[in-house]
Amino acid sequence: MDDAIAVRDLVVDRGRRRVLDGIGCTVPRGAVTGLLGPSGSGKTTLMRAVVGVQTINSGTVTVLGRPAGTAELRHRVGYLTQAPSVYADLTVRENARYFATLQGRPAADADRAVTDVGLAAAAGQLVGTLSGGQRSRASLACALVGEPELIVLDEPTVGQDPVLRADLWARFHALAAAGTTLLVSSHVMDEAARCDRLLLIRQGRLIADDTPDAVRAATGVDDLEEAFLRLIRAGGTDPTTTGETA
Amino acid sequence: MKPTILAATTGRILRQLRHDRRTVALLVVVPTVLLTLVYYMYADQPAPPGQPAPFDRVALVMLGFFPFIIMFLVTSIAMLRERTSGTLERLLTTPLGKLDLLFGYGIAFGLAGVVQATVAAAAAYWLFGLTTAGAAGLVILIAAVNAVLAVALGLFCSAFARTEFQAVQFMPVVVAPQLLLCGLFVPRGQMAGWLQAVSDVLPLSYAVEALQEVGAHAEPTGLMWRDVTIVAGAALAALVLAAATLRRRSG
Repeated sequence: MDDAIAVRDLVVDRGRRRVLDGIGCTVPRGAVTGLLGPSGSGKTTLMRAVVGVQTINSGTVTVLGRPAGTAELRHRVGYLTQAPSVYADLTVRENARYFATLQGRPAADADRAVTDVGLAAAAGQLVGTLSGGQRSRASLACALVGEPELIVLDEPTVGQDPVLRADLWARFHALAAAGTTLLVSSHVMDEAARCDRLLLIRQGRLIADDTPDAVRAATGVDDLEEAFLRLIRAGGTDPTTTGETA
Repeated sequence: MKPTILAATTGRILRQLRHDRRTVALLVVVPTVLLTLVYYMYADQPAPPGQPAPFDRVALVMLGFFPFIIMFLVTSIAMLRERTSGTLERLLTTPLGKLDLLFGYGIAFGLAGVVQATVAAAAAYWLFGLTTAGAAGLVILIAAVNAVLAVALGLFCSAFARTEFQAVQFMPVVVAPQLLLCGLFVPRGQMAGWLQAVSDVLPLSYAVEALQEVGAHAEPTGLMWRDVTIVAGAALAALVLAAATLRRRSG
């Protein structure tokens, strides 16, 4: 099993609404895979299924060779929720150290994670007093702290200034180069170009699963946003898009 | 359950509380202020023949009741915040066990309840001359068990609230009937049969009975230990129910 994540025929309903409608895809190890799609397309639900907190109707999700949500995976998978899920009434350092302890890591690892997201100067500050961007980086530090093999990040760069965003993407690629698998969601298409691979979903269906270059080549345009528009329009009548798993 | 994770979780909850100085101040000071009111309310009330002085009777029950109501409120809000802020969802993707979280809350807020009860008891005994036949330590023990019961009920009830407004509404639902029927206002033996039956299934009734035993007897009685056991059992049952409301997977 070479893939970090293998999803087959995944169907998820939330309430009466079908959120994921037969998704099938794979995420390779040691790369940054972007999960792109408009708001409400099912990105978060797919990520929740991967980390094993989503009730699913049918299909399978295999993570690092195990069924998603298996107890053993809780040491090996880091998850950043979309809204910053850190304790507002703790300092950045206290948050990171708590999540480090849960992963059996020493305090030094927590402090390093705080530094890695550029919050060393604010480590002693209560999370509740931070700006929105700082708060989401505090949350990111808590996801990175256990050096997990798979890191699932739901919109990690929202609200970050361009310099920090570039820094964060550089860090994601450094992690991938060291063998970590990253699944990163975004609804900003200009981030798609920064990914090694792309998964594009819309209305609960996968419409592309390929590298950015292959998506550009298949659609004949350079701009990924334009490329996605073409895929979506083509998807309405002709479902044969790049690499869609049967 | 893993000791390091349980200890870290307990420490984390206490640290959150410590950063909220106003809450800590309110936790510690308010019971004493209320006891002061009770003291002056009953200052001129004569003791009925063969019964404890009215202040002693009411203050003793209050010492058990403060941690119960306060820890219920604090816990239901704290747990609701875990649910709504996404920290609970994140915790459930980590090696933390459900019981690590629930017992973490039980221990942390149980300790907070002990501190609260100790300060209130110190004020009651030393400032207001509360007299009990039994030891003050037993009063604090019962208050502590009450605090843990309240934490467990709060953890359970938070599962049925989606907002803070709803969580606060569980306070009158869960706490008020127990206070009304616990025997403070009307002795349980003098209530209508059906009210007694309701009172019999409410754990606070047993906590109050245990406190009254401490008030009346120099040595801990068998009835007191039985009552303490019932309250602790109810706390454990509520924790198990709370664990059932924590699902790693949700819709």
